[in-house]
Parts: sequence; structure tokens; C-alpha cells
Amino acid sequence: MVTKNRCPYRAVLLIVLLVCGMMTPAMAAEPIRIGALVSATGPASFLGDPELKTLELYVERINAAGGVIGRPLRLFHYDDGGNANEARNFANRLLRSDRVDLIIGGSTTGTTMAAVPLVERAGRPIISMAGALVITEPVRPWVFKTPQSDRMAAERVLADMQGRGITGIGLISGTDGFGRSGREQTLAVAADFGIQVLADQTYGPQDTDMTAQLTRIRNTPGVQAVFNFGFGQGPAIVTRNYAHLGIELPFYQSHGVASDRFLDLAGSAAEGVRLPASALLVPDALPDDDPQKQVVQDYKAAYEARWNMSVSTFGGYAYDALMLAVAAIEAAGTTDPDAVRSALEQIRDHVGVTGTFNMSADDHNGLAPESFRLLEVRDGQWVLVD
Amino acid sequence: MFAEFLQYLFSGVTIGATYALVALGFTLVYNASHVINFAQGEFLMIGGMSTVSLLAMGVPLPLAIAMAVALAAVLGMALHKLAIAPARKADVITLIIITIGASIFLRGLAQIIWGKEFHTMPGFSAAESVNVLGAVMYTQSLWVLAVAGVMVLLLALFFTRTLMGKAILATSMNPGAARLMGIRTQFVLMLAFMLAAVLGAMAGIMVAPITLTAYDIGIMLGLKGFVAAAIGGMGSGVGAVVGGLLLGIAEAMTAGYISSDYKDAVAFLLILVILFFMPRGLFGARVAERV
Repeated sequence: MVTKNRCPYRAVLLIVLLVCGMMTPAMAAEPIRIGALVSATGPASFLGDPELKTLELYVERINAAGGVIGRPLRLFHYDDGGNANEARNFANRLLRSDRVDLIIGGSTTGTTMAAVPLVERAGRPIISMAGALVITEPVRPWVFKTPQSDRMAAERVLADMQGRGITGIGLISGTDGFGRSGREQTLAVAADFGIQVLADQTYGPQDTDMTAQLTRIRNTPGVQAVFNFGFGQGPAIVTRNYAHLGIELPFYQSHGVASDRFLDLAGSAAEGVRLPASALLVPDALPDDDPQKQVVQDYKAAYEARWNMSVSTFGGYAYDALMLAVAAIEAAGTTDPDAVRSALEQIRDHVGVTGTFNMSADDHNGLAPESFRLLEVRDGQWVLVD
Repeated sequence: MFAEFLQYLFSGVTIGATYALVALGFTLVYNASHVINFAQGEFLMIGGMSTVSLLAMGVPLPLAIAMAVALAAVLGMALHKLAIAPARKADVITLIIITIGASIFLRGLAQIIWGKEFHTMPGFSAAESVNVLGAVMYTQSLWVLAVAGVMVLLLALFFTRTLMGKAILATSMNPGAARLMGIRTQFVLMLAFMLAAVLGAMAGIMVAPITLTAYDIGIMLGLKGFVAAAIGGMGSGVGAVVGGLLLGIAEAMTAGYISSDYKDAVAFLLILVILFFMPRGLFGARVAERV
């Protein structure tokens, strides 16, 4: 009697196990583990916040469309608050306990560089969303990045100045990492464009008045234009002070302020300011034959519909990082880190939001200076100049 | 040459007046309790940010200012009631640490309510700047200076001419004796926190059109205001104003004539030198005599 009773129970168990066994591979393939290291809070939150929102949005969309190579994406994300030490800890956690296949991040040069040694030791690709040249030069096998470097921004601005016949400029930059690095790059390449930096002023990231520095630049003989390299609210205050002092010289900003936020903060003082920026700022002004037009318009529409806030250039960096990762995994057909790494290196003519990527063994950024569009503020709007 | 000097002076006076207004708030709470209220910067932020939000809702400027100041006053009382009063037996250092905690809490709250972005506020006058002898000055700077002047005057009158002001001073000098004389010391303290919050909010509103405003604007302005109060002598209203202006002008002159890189260094050098030779600050001696 006892054996008879046990028989149906065993049969049921067997059936359940069989059914489960059959369903598992079809229903839930092993997910592709994407790690994200972003500065969603803290001083660099204006970078990390849109980046994380973009990653969440597109991981959802990619999974809804069936995933990549038949496997869903799973996003592991940590907020380092812009702190390099935290970034290092979280990178460690991503690699060791979350066992991610690749990392997207960090948001800033500091957090990226903190994670790089760990990533190199673990042998996983990392795609950074930070600007400085040091990330990809010299080339490190596992390290890639999506934004243009600050040197390209400086070159774009200096080339435009050269075109206007300007030979002497005043430079004002923030003392944060972005401003410092931008200042160094500008000083390094200015001579290539026949331009002399006659005045070189700085301001602290929390400063609330820069009229003293600007007065000094204005009173330096030979200055024909002013270039401000910085991000955050600093450049907006510089722009307001510039208009307040009534300086008539051409005024350039860097890509660090390329967002509609800058127009709000600087107000009418921004009139006539020129800056290099991603195509994302002027999606509708792009000519129809521009390969980026469709990508940029789609990204903007998707982001604004999902989050009900305007897109920023920085979210675009995250979009490109994720899409490059997806393209590389698809090309490799596997998540094997070595295969993904070489697939990343072989990406050609990948049209992204930031520009068209042409990676190679000695270029892990893959963008040309032309991917920056030169914009001017006219009547409170961005206008495509070049 | 003179226009250049004048320009540096104006820019120094503008920043300096801001520091002075913050320093006045420190002075008030210090006078009542010997506590340095590190949440003072946060009241600046609350004043500026709530005015910006109210303006965005379509509230006219004078009403928006009044409502923002009222909100700050309530928060100032709440700070005392909820954080300081329960620890009334603790010593001054503990209370100072509590104010630091309160400032972090308020900042976090502001970040949740208003987000992390910077906001702008239009100036109070239609004309943005005035031209004086070849140098330009924000009309808003004049507002800041005028409000700072009126506040100093009112505070001086309050402390010397009114019973309530004298009660605050008495509480600061000897809480035990003050209580024996029938002064409700906890009420006096609450009043001081409320007035400091009102002062801070006024400062925050006045400077917002110049400095822009964000949830974390209070950190830097609060610290510089504290430095200004220390230079002028903790507890002295005149000292707070002189200290603030001195600090602002020193910063602007350094940026203009030496190098913008050394701007903060010179400001801190100034503090070291002044406090080395005059440990009580420029105007602190009279407080010492009173004790």
C-alpha cells in the first residue's frame, strides 16, 4: 500500500521536473550581465542621472524586442556619487560578485580611471562615458569610451577662431578636473592654429562671481576672443558676468555646457555664444542626408517620452556605450570577453548619437573632431553654424 | 587703471555683502547660545529655492519673498524645537554637531523636493547693471547692500533697545541667572533660531539673482559666511559686515591683481593673520568685555 501511494507522487514530481527542464532554456536564457558605474547623485549627477535613465530605458526596450543573441540583458548598476574610491569598490563588486560581462562607466574621468586597473586585471571590456584624453591615450586593450575627448573640443573651437582671423585669446577655465584638463589641452594645441593664449584665468567650481577674472582678460592687450572651458553652473555665471561687463569680443564655451539647461541659466547673456556640441542639441536642424539625423531624433523622442524631461548630451554617451556593446556582442556572437573586446575594436561606421564611430586597435574612441557640431545661440535657441 | 580697480572693488563688495548677510545669521545664534549654527547656509538655500518655486507657480515677487521667509522662520523654530531643545543639557560642541546634522538633513530634503539642478531668479530691478566711472555694478548688488545695511541697523536696535534683545544677550551670558530673572531661556533660544533663519532666507533671496541657486548652494556660502563672522569677531554685528566685505574684497583683488588661482589661499591667509594677532576677531573685544 505504501509503495502504491508513493508512485503517483513520484510520477507527478517527474513530470514537473521534466516540464521545468524543457521550459528553462526557452523561457529564460542566461542573461547577458551588463554592469553600469554611474554618478547618479553628487556633483556629477547631471552626467550620471541621464546616463542611468538612458541605460534603464534601452535595456527595457532591447529586452522587449527579444534581447541580444537570443539572451536578455540584465543591468547591474551602482551610484558612485562622483567619488573615485566608491567607484573602485563598486567596480570590484561588479566584477567579483555580479560577474558582469562588461562595464559601462564611469561618468567622470576620475571614476573611470579608478575602475580601470581592476577591469584590466579581470579582463573585461569597459566603455567609459567620460571625456578626458587620458582614458584612451595611450590605448589600453580593455578600455573604450564614447564621448569625444576634450582635445577635440579645443581643436574645434580653435579652428573656428582661426577661420575668423583671431590670433590672440583669453582663456578662463574651472579648477575642477574637466576645466583643468580642458585648459591643458587648449594650451597644448593653440599654437597649431596660430593662436596665442594671452590671458589664462581660472575660477573655483563653487564660485559665484567671475567679473574680476573677466576684467583682467578684457584689459589684456591683444585679446580678440574669450574661451571658457568648464562645466556645471560656473560657465553660466561666467556668461552672465561677460554680458554684465559688456564685453563685445566673440565668446566661446566648451561642450561641457552643451545642454538646454545652460540656456535657462545664462538667459539673454548667452546670445552669440558659440560652442562645440553633439548633434543631439539640434536634431531638427540637421540636413536630411545626415546619417545621424534618424538616430538622434529617435533617441530624443524615446527618452523624452519615457522620462518626461529633455535629453542631454550626456545621456547620449550612455546610449552609444550600450549600443556599441550590443553591436560588439552581436558581431562576436558570444559574451566571451576576448571576443567582445576584439569585436569592439573592429566596429566601423557605427552611427551613434554622439557621432559615427570607427574604432581601431589604436583608437578606442573612434570619433573625428567633425562629430562636434559648432553651434551659436541666437534668440535663445541653438543654431547650427558649421 | 582706476576703472579696473573700481571693477574689482564692486565685484568684491557684491560677494562680500553676501558673506556679510550669512555672517549676521551666525552672529545672532551665537549671541543667544554660543552655538555656531552650521545649518545657517541651508536657510539661504531654502529662502532662494522656495522663492524660485513660488515665482514659477505665478506668485508675485513680494508675496513669494514673504512666503519663503515665513517658511524659513517655521523651519528655524522647528530646528530648535526638534533638534536643539531635546539636547538642551548637552554642551555647546554637541549642539554644534547637531546643527551640522540638521544641515545635511535639510540639504537632502531639498534635493528630493527641488532636484539637483541650478535655478535662476530674475533681479528685483528692471535694469540689470549700472555704470559707475567706467565700471559696472549689478543693480542687485545695491539691493544686497541695502538689505544688509538695514538688517545690521535693525539687529543693533533689537539688541540694545528692546527687552527681548537684551533677554537674548542675558541668556547668552549666563543662562542660569537669566532663568532666575524670569527669562524663558528656551523661548529666547527658539526666537534666536527663528530670526537667524529669517536673516538667512533674506540673504538667500537677495543673492539668488546674482549667484543662481541650488540645493547645495548653502555649503559654500555658509562656510564663507562663517569665516567672515570669525574675521569680524563672533557675536559682533558690525564685525560680521566688515568681515564679510573684507573677505569679498580680498578675494576679488587677489583674482584681479595676483592670480585667480590664489584667490581662496589669500582669503584664508587673511584669516590666519587676523586671528593670530586678534584672536577674537576685529570687533570681538567688546563681547569679551561684556562677559
